[in-house]
Amino acid sequence: MSILNKHPERDPSVAEAVASDELLVTGGHTFTTLTDKVSGIVEKKTPPQWYLLFAMAISGLLVLLGAIGWLVFEGTGIWGLNNPVGWGWAIVNFVFWVGIGHAGTLISAILFLLRQQWRTAINRFAEAMTIFAVICALVFPGIHVGRIWLAYYMFPIPNQMLIWPNFRSPLLWDIFAVGTYFTVSTLFWYVGLIPDLATLRDRATKLRKKVLGFFALGWRGGNRQWQHYEKAYLMLAGLATPLVLSVHSVVATDFATSMVPGWHTTIFPPYFVAGAVFSGFGMVMTLALIARKIYGLEDIITVNHLERMNKIILVTGSMVGYAYLSEFFIAWYSGNQFEVFAFINRALGPYAWAYWIMFTCNVITPQIFWFKKVRRSIPIMFVASIFVNIGMWFERFVITVTSLSRDYLPSSWDYFSPSFWDIITFVGSFGLFFTFFLLFLRFLPMVALSEVKGVLPEADPHHYSHKDGGAK
Amino acid sequence: MSNTLGVLARFANPAELIEAAKKVREAGYKKFDCHSPFPIHGMDDAMGLKRSPLGFIVGGMTLTGALVGMTLQYWVAAVEYPLVISGKPFFSWQAFIIITFALFVLFGAFGAVLGMFHLNRLPRLHHPVFYSDQFARVTDDAFFVSIEVEDPKFDDKQTQAFLTGIGGVDIELVVGE
Repeated sequence: MSILNKHPERDPSVAEAVASDELLVTGGHTFTTLTDKVSGIVEKKTPPQWYLLFAMAISGLLVLLGAIGWLVFEGTGIWGLNNPVGWGWAIVNFVFWVGIGHAGTLISAILFLLRQQWRTAINRFAEAMTIFAVICALVFPGIHVGRIWLAYYMFPIPNQMLIWPNFRSPLLWDIFAVGTYFTVSTLFWYVGLIPDLATLRDRATKLRKKVLGFFALGWRGGNRQWQHYEKAYLMLAGLATPLVLSVHSVVATDFATSMVPGWHTTIFPPYFVAGAVFSGFGMVMTLALIARKIYGLEDIITVNHLERMNKIILVTGSMVGYAYLSEFFIAWYSGNQFEVFAFINRALGPYAWAYWIMFTCNVITPQIFWFKKVRRSIPIMFVASIFVNIGMWFERFVITVTSLSRDYLPSSWDYFSPSFWDIITFVGSFGLFFTFFLLFLRFLPMVALSEVKGVLPEADPHHYSHKDGGAK
Repeated sequence: MSNTLGVLARFANPAELIEAAKKVREAGYKKFDCHSPFPIHGMDDAMGLKRSPLGFIVGGMTLTGALVGMTLQYWVAAVEYPLVISGKPFFSWQAFIIITFALFVLFGAFGAVLGMFHLNRLPRLHHPVFYSDQFARVTDDAFFVSIEVEDPKFDDKQTQAFLTGIGGVDIELVVGE
């Protein structure tokens, strides 16, 4: 019998389980102190660290814009692409950024459907991270041919050439999958923000009140509104759950539907999804640890929350490791000499250094989270989360470049090295990401206030009847 | 000149608000609402609200999206611009499932958000309850019952006395300008 079907008051085992469960919010917070804490972040003076980080982010953004400007002026020749390796860092970075987004949707939608109430502390900024990561991802297909004025070729719109895109191509599926993902994530995020924008509105005055009031849409917290609101939230979570699983699967088909050795495998979609969640949690962890420290959110994002995230990192990291190993097995078991060569070449060929960076960061690093002490140690998890992101970038690099650089015909083999412009375009994309993210921290509530209030014990009507001796 | 728009009463906590909702409903009021900083479990039943019809809106929108997706691809690939790709039929529907699914989700999500706005009559930037000075606390830590003047049972004095009787505090007659 599932715990959900048991009645907590009639079944002592459930009551004990609930009582022994640690509190989601520590530090004796009430509704008011939570409001003050979270609203205070955007209302009070901005901490000096924010300005420092923002200056760095804006510099990165300018670098990105400069790199794109030069690309548009000069063409893709400025990148390190060569004849067999026609897909270079542009697709590596695209897959990297899309993958990072996946953790936000997993937290906001899948954990919502699974009734994991601890998600409330981290879902808002994880969702924001998703949106900004997908924006960074969308930059790369937009610029990757160096002729951004032709970006409209990607969309099925009537045009002067009287031609239409090929709907059998996974690259077009990508446009729809990632475009839908971006739109749905933004809608989901905004719906979640409405009650919290109303909170900020009710604390503001003058012009600020008017602007916030406009975006809060006149929310007044009536149950006639909450009723439809909660239903909409549930529906969005239900729609976003299969969507997020499909998005990285579709990205995987960009590779898997081709005939290149090392890409043409059916394991790609689930393996990409697991890797995406893994990398995304790495990024959520990095951001959460920094924001928690700067804004003093230790009571809301507790060590218990971080520990649960580390468990997800351990699980998804192990799934990724399993996929790496089973790829080798299948390559051998298939008896296909090109497939066997592709994998021996990955582990021992000219890109072995990249393969082993990937393997160490993605497979070995998360194994330290088997130990509870490590799962609760903030310095260790911070370093590990950065390793996860490094490893997952290298995974996409290894997949893309090793297979392309040495395919069927040895006479066409070549070694790919990134150019200066490849590197600064990638570095600049972090500038874009952090510019958006820091603006979000500065102007919007970074914790989902109404949801965190909803998981306080005081929010449960039954909490009061127990206190009065349980007369009901 | 001023005109009465309704009555507002504050309650101490979610449990009291649920009790109040039951009593207001039993007293026969129709145009009332219970305001809280977060959704309260069990409030829909206490207020006697019907199930939200949003599911039907979303269901209709998802099916529309799927239909649009498949029709678009059929029309492009088999009617307007037929090309042989890898020797596959013009209408190779298996390859079209992914975009059909993407539009299924996309339309459904817009249905959920815009449908919710419609059912909640949002955006509505002004409302009688905003005339109250204490009402700003509803997005912080306060729980209110509001009864509108349009309710057939509404009466300045009696309604205020009734709300006091069921445990409301800070009773306020909401008066517009």
